[in-house]
Amino acid sequence: MTALTGPQVSTFTAFRATLRRDLLIALKRRNDLLNPLMFFLIVVSLFPLGVSSDPQELTRIAAGTVWVSALLASMLSLDNLYRADYEDGSLEQLLLSPQPLYFLVLAKNIAHWLVSGLPVVLLAPLLAYMLYLPADAYWTLMLTLLLGTPVLSLLGSIGVALTVGLGSRGLILAVIVLPLTVPVLIIGAKAVADVSLGLTLGMHYSLLGALLALSLSLAPLASAAALKISVN
Amino acid sequence: MHPLLRGQALFCERDDRVLFSGLDFELKAGDLMQVQGSNGSGKTTLLRILCGLNASYEGELFWRGVPIEEDHEAFLASLLYLGHRVGVNKILTARENLRWSCALHSPVSDAEIEAALRRVGLTGYADVTCRNMSAGQQQRVSLARLLLSPATLWVLDEPFTTLDVHGVRMLEGLLADHVEAGGAVLVTTHHALSVPCTLRRLSLDKRGVAAA
Repeated sequence: MTALTGPQVSTFTAFRATLRRDLLIALKRRNDLLNPLMFFLIVVSLFPLGVSSDPQELTRIAAGTVWVSALLASMLSLDNLYRADYEDGSLEQLLLSPQPLYFLVLAKNIAHWLVSGLPVVLLAPLLAYMLYLPADAYWTLMLTLLLGTPVLSLLGSIGVALTVGLGSRGLILAVIVLPLTVPVLIIGAKAVADVSLGLTLGMHYSLLGALLALSLSLAPLASAAALKISVN
Repeated sequence: MHPLLRGQALFCERDDRVLFSGLDFELKAGDLMQVQGSNGSGKTTLLRILCGLNASYEGELFWRGVPIEEDHEAFLASLLYLGHRVGVNKILTARENLRWSCALHSPVSDAEIEAALRRVGLTGYADVTCRNMSAGQQQRVSLARLLLSPATLWVLDEPFTTLDVHGVRMLEGLLADHVEAGGAVLVTTHHALSVPCTLRRLSLDKRGVAAA
């Protein structure tokens, strides 16, 4: 029997434990880990087959193609974020933690990004090469994806949190999340297209950075509130 | 001295059906209270309301005399809730599950986890994936949290359902130990509890708290 008044754990310990747990689950479920990445790879490689194999044509659509595919791959992996926890009751345990929910939700979102967003960022140059993206745009592509994909995870988390209690979700998740993520897509793809034309990019980066800062500070709060509604 | 948990004039309605209204109860340190009622009488709903998982109710809840929403963190720090869904991830091992769910409250060492698993009858199961366990064993993994948690108030929703005879006896022992140590337990079950301490009953069918 433990003492009835134990020392209170710091928020950081709970944050770290949640991050570690979600990464562990992702590692143990390799399918969930690989599916979004394979999807990303397949969608991008279909474009040269479906549109045209002309290098000039592909150069023109490269930025948009990679960005749209990254967005769809991120959507595909969102469902893993809370579904299993909702079904096995872990989500209730998370909500009943005395620690601020903001940090616990943030930990889950970071884990989701590390598993689904980061691989996409790392794989992007390979696909850009396949689509004849000019070499000087590689870094821009990676940097915009690096700033943009965390925003996709954070915003997507709100949508999943809202719909996790619904029996049949179908397209509703996409309907909620896609409109929110459109600005990221526009700025990200535009930045890569602009750098291919030799334009300066300061504004694009600041806008993406601002979106990231905004969603880092606000999205987990919205997700936490949505989760509370979903378990009600 | 305030009671640990006090509910006042609780009212809850679901799908135009009143589950309970004007429900008053007090839970003091050292109390073991069994919530009774037929299927669908709102036992689970009541427990979820008390924990703050369900917000669609009317009435007042007090934790140590203070309205619960005023100091929700203090309340959560003293609460351990085990629901219908046991909160055990099937992909993780028993040890990984417990390490996380305890870290949400207060972190525990590996030795403590193994000792707790031993006491709930899962010796040697610390590193077994929970998918490979029976429902009763998974239930026991979640019950190990009772031994690892410093919480004063235990809220347990049907903790006996999948347990075998030994498991039932073990859990009854844990409940008795906890109230003896000054904790409080609120439990729903259709199983006839046999405990050495006083058992109070809160019936949702015909209202009122009775001592057995």
